[in-house]
Amino acid sequence: MIKIWSMKKSEDAAAKRKPKTSAAQIRVQKDLTELELPETMKTNFPDANDLLNFTLTITPDEGMYKGGSFTFSFAINTNYPHEPPKVKCIPKIYHPNVDLDGNVCLNILREDWKPVLNLNSVMVGLQYLFLEPNADDPLNKEAAEELRRNREQFIYNVRQAMRGNSVKAIQYDRVSAL
Amino acid sequence: MTTVNDDATSSDWDGRYYHVDQVLNTPGPRTEDSFQAGDAVKDFLRNQCKILVIGAGGLGCEILANLALTGFKDIHVIDMDTIDISNLNRQFLFRPKDVGNPKALVAAEFIMQRVPGVKVTPYFGKIQDKDEDYYLQFNIIVCGLDSVEARRWINATLVNMVDEENPESLKPLIDGGTEGFKGQARVILPTISSCYECSLDMLNKPTAFPICTIANTPRLPEHCIEWASVLEWPRVHGEKKLDTDDPEHIGWLYNTALTRAKEFKIEGVTWSLTQGVVKNIIPAIASTNAIIAASCCNEAFKIATSSAAFLNNYFMLIGTEGVYSYTFEHEKRKECPVCGGESLDITISKEWTVERLIEMLVEKQDIQIKKPSLSSGIKQIYFQAPPQLEQATRPNLEKKVSELVEDGGEVTVTSSTLPFNLSLRIKYT
Repeated sequence: MIKIWSMKKSEDAAAKRKPKTSAAQIRVQKDLTELELPETMKTNFPDANDLLNFTLTITPDEGMYKGGSFTFSFAINTNYPHEPPKVKCIPKIYHPNVDLDGNVCLNILREDWKPVLNLNSVMVGLQYLFLEPNADDPLNKEAAEELRRNREQFIYNVRQAMRGNSVKAIQYDRVSAL
Repeated sequence: MTTVNDDATSSDWDGRYYHVDQVLNTPGPRTEDSFQAGDAVKDFLRNQCKILVIGAGGLGCEILANLALTGFKDIHVIDMDTIDISNLNRQFLFRPKDVGNPKALVAAEFIMQRVPGVKVTPYFGKIQDKDEDYYLQFNIIVCGLDSVEARRWINATLVNMVDEENPESLKPLIDGGTEGFKGQARVILPTISSCYECSLDMLNKPTAFPICTIANTPRLPEHCIEWASVLEWPRVHGEKKLDTDDPEHIGWLYNTALTRAKEFKIEGVTWSLTQGVVKNIIPAIASTNAIIAASCCNEAFKIATSSAAFLNNYFMLIGTEGVYSYTFEHEKRKECPVCGGESLDITISKEWTVERLIEMLVEKQDIQIKKPSLSSGIKQIYFQAPPQLEQATRPNLEKKVSELVEDGGEVTVTSSTLPFNLSLRIKYT
């Protein structure tokens, strides 16, 4: 058998011993504790001991969705960051890039995810969806169509939906105190 | 079970290992000083060396056969799968009668029947079922896996297992992998050379389509299948998890995707494509498996016998256009979450509070960490952010470290000023 031990350099001696914590767990700790969230975003951990499942609430202070409060669920699996976190929008909202089941169309959550991205990038990406809804990547086709055709009407629909009213016969969840 | 010779030498007929012995009988210009030509090395290979094969699928079958035929006689194999009919074209240790039976058991039985004197010990289950004591018993570990997650797990386990005071704790890991006509074989010496996690960013990410495309403008049969599995399954079945090994689930996806494909006039949704897309299957090529397995076993043989220099450390094969191969040294990554990072032994008083420990980390000249967050195992000690966790862990600042971490326990420290993390081993005076 080859003498591997002699290949270990002496400077390695004290180092390179790792805790039993998984790489995913350490990475989530790093991501979370280095989050720099603006006032408009808050995380909530239903179980403070479970770092892998939590929610994020976004309360935009500008743009068409100002005044609303939008909560997303985050579920991270043990293959993070090889795989992106699974993110869903909990309330039913009127938004071109979010469907009625809460699926979110954000490139870095799927096709453009890379392990160098982190939870902060995902959260910033989600907030951006409320500042700049994107009619070109529709998940709610009607909403996207409206945004493209008639911006004023779209903004009116957003207001209606945020108050918990119906838009085009679909009832949305109330996400605004106004 | 038929009788298996425990006495390995009794079944070694004259000339059995004639060809292998050509490289073991005499030292050559490339052999190491530690090479003990002749009986000593043969005795080690055939009577002492214990080798573990992880995976008894496409690569695993080849690896098991190669190892048994080169003279390894104490082989263990782990696999959690059962044999599917679609395996039979390349997983040559299995026959139609074996369908439904555990791969590890059938493979072990077959090798023992076919190669006298070789003992193969199977385990039908997950690698995660086994602990460090189990992995410590082997000299070499060879992986023929198809899952990134399993590789990351075994890699991290072997890196963590390295104990500075025990040379036996360092187990060479030989990892083979294939994807269609491409493949790779590599030698990982945990904590010494680049580990699996170091090269995670070299992986091709699985093809994912933009969710808006699959929702609105499907053009390919794959888009319809993704629509069925990503959007329709959770909508219709709610919390029920999709089991990609359950034929009923696959059947539902297939029918749902087929209906959608008709609606959009897309052709090509089939049962096997459905299975392929949801399980992210890339067709396995028997000859790629054979080449990669041969390379892995060649390395296992060289490491076990010291008869020649072994691979340093990454061999890749690209057979998509002609046959191209390239060998290079993949370097360790300083910020690798598994084998990189820093580690420090510190001795503190039993009376020290968590706050005192944090102050020490911030002030210590040679580390200089800003705003460290600490945990032990999966238990949080103190988190700087987000606010809810900071508040929840703040009471710990007043507590004694010794109440939260046992003597010799490990603490994981993360901070934006560290490449990845720092691991502390705490001892008390």
